[in-house]
Order: sequence, then C-alpha cells, then structure tokens
Amino acid sequence: MPAPEMRSEGVWAVNGFWETLFGLGDKLAAHIVLCASAIGLGIVVALPLAVWAARSPMAARLSLGFASLVQTIPALALLALFFPVLLSLRAVFGEDLPTLGFLPSLLALALYALLPILRNAVTAQANLDPGVLEAADGVGMTGWQKLRLVEAPLAAPFIMAGIRTAAVWTIGAATLSTTIGQPSLGDPIFAGLQTQNWILVLAGCFASAGLALVADALLGLIERGLANRSHWQYGAGIAAVLLGLGAALVAQIDPYEDERIVIGSKQFSENLILARLIGKQLREAGFKVEYRDGLGSAVLHGAVASSTVDISVDYTGTVWTNELKRTDNPGREAMYETLVEWERENNGTLVLGRLGFENAYAFAMRRDRARELGVSTLADLAPVASRLTVGGDPEFFERPEWFAVREAYGIDFGEIRNFSPTFMFNALEAREADAISAYSSDGRLSAETYILLEDPKEALPSYDAILMISPALSDNTKALDAIRPLIGAIEVDEMRAANFSVDREDDLKVTPREAARRLEETLGL
Amino acid sequence: MKAQTISATPSKTIARPLLEFDAVERRYGPNGKVIAVAGVTCAIAKGSFVALVGASGSGKSTLLKMVNTLVEPSSGTVLFAGEDVCTQPPAALRRRVGYVFQGIGLFPHLRVSENIAIGPRLAGETLPDERIAELLDLVELDPAMAQRMPDALSGGQRQRVGVARALAGDPELLLMDEPFGALDPITRDALGERVLELHRSLGLTTVMVTHDMAEALLLADRVLVMDKGEIVADETPQSLLAGGGGDVAQGLVAVPREQAERLAAMEDAGAGDAQ
Repeated sequence: MPAPEMRSEGVWAVNGFWETLFGLGDKLAAHIVLCASAIGLGIVVALPLAVWAARSPMAARLSLGFASLVQTIPALALLALFFPVLLSLRAVFGEDLPTLGFLPSLLALALYALLPILRNAVTAQANLDPGVLEAADGVGMTGWQKLRLVEAPLAAPFIMAGIRTAAVWTIGAATLSTTIGQPSLGDPIFAGLQTQNWILVLAGCFASAGLALVADALLGLIERGLANRSHWQYGAGIAAVLLGLGAALVAQIDPYEDERIVIGSKQFSENLILARLIGKQLREAGFKVEYRDGLGSAVLHGAVASSTVDISVDYTGTVWTNELKRTDNPGREAMYETLVEWERENNGTLVLGRLGFENAYAFAMRRDRARELGVSTLADLAPVASRLTVGGDPEFFERPEWFAVREAYGIDFGEIRNFSPTFMFNALEAREADAISAYSSDGRLSAETYILLEDPKEALPSYDAILMISPALSDNTKALDAIRPLIGAIEVDEMRAANFSVDREDDLKVTPREAARRLEETLGL
Repeated sequence: MKAQTISATPSKTIARPLLEFDAVERRYGPNGKVIAVAGVTCAIAKGSFVALVGASGSGKSTLLKMVNTLVEPSSGTVLFAGEDVCTQPPAALRRRVGYVFQGIGLFPHLRVSENIAIGPRLAGETLPDERIAELLDLVELDPAMAQRMPDALSGGQRQRVGVARALAGDPELLLMDEPFGALDPITRDALGERVLELHRSLGLTTVMVTHDMAEALLLADRVLVMDKGEIVADETPQSLLAGGGGDVAQGLVAVPREQAERLAAMEDAGAGDAQ
C-alpha cells in the first residue's frame, strides 16, 4: 500500500500545474531579459546592415547569405558552438570572459534574430516607391535626410514585422539556453523531460508560448501603429513593452546573488536528485542555494571550472574520456587519483570525493535467461554470444567501452540491435534482446528481474560518482563540511531506488526533490 | 538675395541666359554604348517657358534631370545662373530648383502641409501656415486640405500639391517632367492653364518635358523637339504651326492638327445631317 504522502505526490502531478506555473517567475524574468537583449542586439546589427545592403547588391547578398546560413544551424548547436568560440576568445579578452550562461546565449540568439529583421528591412527598402525616392532627391534631401525622413518611416512597419517574427523565434529558441547554463523557461522543460514530469514540461511550454503570444501582440500593436501612423497605438505598444521589460529587470535584481551557492546538474534524474540532496545539506547548514538544471556534460564541467556553477556531481569515466581525452583504463583507483590531480592542476577544481556508487556502462540480462545460459560474468558470455542478440543505444556500439569489452573477452554477438534508452528494458522484457547495454545505477535494475554481468577483467572503465567543487567555493570550509557526509555514503542500490522513484511512470512517481528527501532519510543524514 | 546678386554683377546676369547646356552628353551601359543625350548645346533665357517634346526614349527626361543633377552628364557642362551644376552641392542646388515629378512623388507618410513644407524644412526653415494656405490657394486647392494625407486626395489634387511643393522654396527655375501625364484630360487642361498663369505672375523660368505636342504648343513660348538624343527643332509655337522645324517636329505637330481637323469635319458632317 502506498503511503499517504505518495498519494499526495500523485495528486501533485495533476493539480500542481498552476502552482508550478506561478513558481516560474524568476525563470520568466530571466527569459524576458535574455530575449529582449538578443532582439535588441539583433536590431542594432541588422539595421545598419540593411541600409548598407540597400545601397550595395554585394552587401545584400553577403549579409542575407550569412544570416540564412546561421538560420540553417540548429539553435541547440548554435548555442553550444559559442562555448568553444568564447573559450578561444579568452586568448584575446582574458580569462574573465564568460563562456557559459548569458553571454553565449545572447550572441547565439542575436544571430538567430538577425535574419527576419534583416530580410524584412532589405525587402522593405527594395519595395519603396521609386517615384518617392526620386522625389526625395529632387526636393534636395541629402543621403542621411532621405534615410531618416523617407526610407526609415516608410520601411518601419515592415521592419517591425521582421522584429515581431524575430521575437517569436527568439522566445522559443531561448528555452534551449538552459543547456548552456543560462536560466530560462527551458529549465522546467528540460528538468521535466528528464524526470518525465509532464506538469513541469507543460508549465515551461505554457509560459514560453504565453510570453511569445504577448510579445507578438504588443509588437503587432506597434507595427499597426506605425503603418496607420497612429501615435497612441505604437506609443501604447512601446510603453507596454518597456513596462514588461522593466518589471523583468527589476525582478532580476537579486541582492543575495553573490551569497548563493549554485548547484549544477546534468540532464538525467540521478544528477537532479543528487543536486537536490546536496542543496538540502547546504540549506540546512544555513546557505542559500540556487539550482542550474539540465546542463550538457561538457558545459557543466566548464561551468564548474569557471565557477559559474559551484558544485556538480560528475563521473570519473566521463571526465577521463571527455576532459583528459584518455582512452586507456588504468583501473578504478589510479583513474580517480590521476583525475583529482589533473583537475587541481588544470582547472583549480576540487574533487571533494566519491559518493560511493558507480554509474558505469554494464551489460544487463534477464535473471531467468542468464540462469538458463549459465552466465553471470562477461567472460561466461563469450562462448555463447554468437547465438545471442545484444541491444544498445545507437551511440554505445561506437564507444571505446564497447571495443574494450569485445577485445578483452572476445565477445562476438550473433546480432546487434539499436534501441532508444527508454525502450531498452522493454526489449529485454519482450525477449527482443538477450543482453543490453545499461547504466549500473539505472533505477529499473532494482527490480528483481534483471542481473548485471560482472566484469572480472575490468574492461569497462569505472564511472565513480564524484563531487566537483568550483575554485571559488573550494576554500569555503563551512560549505564543504556540510556536504562531506555524502562522501562514500551512497550505495548503488540506494541510488537505483531513488532513480526508480523518479523515473517510474505510475502513481508512485515522485519529484527529484522528494526522492532526495527520502534518500537522505535512508542514508540517515 | 536675388536682387543683390543682380546688382552686384548687373551686366553679366542680364546678358547671361539662366540655363545653358554646352555639348552635354549622357551615355549608359558598358563602354557608354547607349546614348541618351548626344551633345546638346542650347541656352534658355530667364522668364521663358520652354517645352521639351519628343517620343519616348528621345532623351528629353534625361536632359531635364541633368539640370538638377538627378542625372550627371557623361561629358559637357550644364550652367545654372552661370555656374556648373555639377560643382554645386546637390542638396543646395535642388532647393533653388522647383521640380514637379512625373510620378507626382508625394511622401505618403507626410501630410499635405508637411509635403509642401519639405524643401524649406530641409533648409532648416519652418514654413508658416499662412504660406502653406497661400500656396494651396495658388494651385486652387482648399487650404483645409493641408491636414490631409496624400492617399485621401484625387490624382489631380495630388499633382496640384506637387506643384505647390515645387513652388514652396521660391525657386528661380521650375522643372516639370511629364507633369500632367497621369491626369484625366479635363484636370490636365485646367492644371496646365493654372501653371501657365503662375509662370507669368511669379516671373518663373519653366522647362516642361512632355510627349504631347498640343500641350507644348498651348503652354510654351518656345518648343525644343528632341529625337535620338539630339535637339532637332527649336521654334516658337507659331513657327511650328506655320510648318517650320523640320520633319520630326512637323510629324509631332501633325497629330493634334489632324485630330482637330477630323473633329471639325465630324462637326460639319453632323451639321449637314441635321439639315
């Protein structure tokens, strides 16, 4: 029987929509400030370009070509690309240049906003009545007077239409800036997608769509005001836009910002739960805490190194491959020690310790199928593998981990099939696959049905969960003391149970925060 | 201002024509193969009303636009009041030259009053409301129209505003490029007459481009006929009607004359039937 509080979690999932939505105020404010800045920058770049383009066909081709090219890059990739770009620009602007968060989001979104504004401005100028332009010259206007008194006012409604399109695009695309560490309405969307909390996703989408509709309506009012030469119409539109922007800016002012400890998390349940668990320890010790959820792995690592994020949970194998660029496997202890040293020397990041469990690549089988074949280790698998089917996510069979296993045990599966991670266990259940690639702390493994095959030759690298502390926080002994009890405290079974409670899709599903509370209880902290 | 200039160099100003073309050429295209104006030399005296007549593509509009440098000559010079137009700042030159455009070219986002006052405004002056009313009155429009937007006017009313705008800066020279081409015949006739009256009462020098020989003969005191970029006839209306000016000019004169004769014949025939 579910406990009463579990029921209330279930009820939360149905009735919590409005509560969740109204809790998004700070994300909305951050979203508005980001989008307005990006559109503003887009306008500042696009308008002079458009004026130039109207006078030089070559400039028109080049600038429109560039803006169209930018548009073909997926927004997510464009945002991510600014991380290495800004990182390399540090050589010019110094180490203080932010590589994550507001700046790269602003630049990527401004580039994205460029095309609609530029195209409309160029088209508007190309379609101006040549008789009117000739008259402007004929009455004695200088080039600047012609631009200011004739071209600009006549093109304004069309340019405004372009700005309107840009605003709607930007507000949508800005949700993706969550992945590079910029708070936005994407935060609830990404967090919700990871934990399959659809209320959270819905609230984020609703807020973002609502904002887009409001912006579209207000900019539309300005556009009509310009077209009808109605001063009150565009005056009211501009006033409303400025009012909203001002409110968002005021809401962004945060007197405690410097005192807050920022905890970052990656895009999956386990990391979200651990972030909440760490946050809870810090809050109980009297600290103010802020969460930056849903960051990409490389982004989060860079964010900690640059102290944009203060604490994260990473995995030894991930850092080993992605950051140290190593492909060898020196064994669990040596890998950890090398990594601690490397982080200290290269980034100033403090690796505080290991949480106790691994989230490693592993092979899972149904318990009954394994018994039937007499398999309990990867070595047992080798002689029977040619009769078996293995399933994995498309990426896995390209990874060094897979090559290492194949080589170490001489495993040659009869058939290899790709499944999306969500359906991996369904494939095992339906006997579509005899073995699958899995993550050792996957919540679904806590069911009695499956076993993980042992790896006696240590072919698979270790993925110890480790606590990463930013250089800025690394001498804050009070904060570090508050989270130190987590070191070595979490068994893989306990982590699986917590993950399962968030990943499950029935009524007993809970939020990462609640899962963290229960995990804390289990750990006796 | 103008009076001072005249008194400073009386002999020169009086002796000199207001506008002089000296071997003016305008070529277009690669290597200047397309010739729009092929070496025009001609002088226009102060106070005259000159019509530039010719078929489409004869170069008459291009010649006109070279006066206020909307088109620059490929070679040769255009002198306005004795000075090369190309050496003057275009904006300053164009404020001294009223221009009535073929496409009317009112600024659609400005009121009638703002359209009329645009020239003085560019020079940093504000045209008083009384002056705007006076200019509207000159072109026989209700001064109350000053507050309207151009799209609330008829075609004829718009071109009247166009004329008022050209006159707002007290120009020495009035250029008109097919000014009545887009108007219906009755409006066209009335506005033509009005412009002629203004030309006389304001002491203007006027150059009008038209393809309609009848209009030229009725309004101008001198008709220049252009063909393939050259001036092929330079006559008074009287001498053109008397058969002067050569084949091209007579070809153009023949059109309205034949029309008039046919109309007269129809009238006679009609009178005959009635009897």
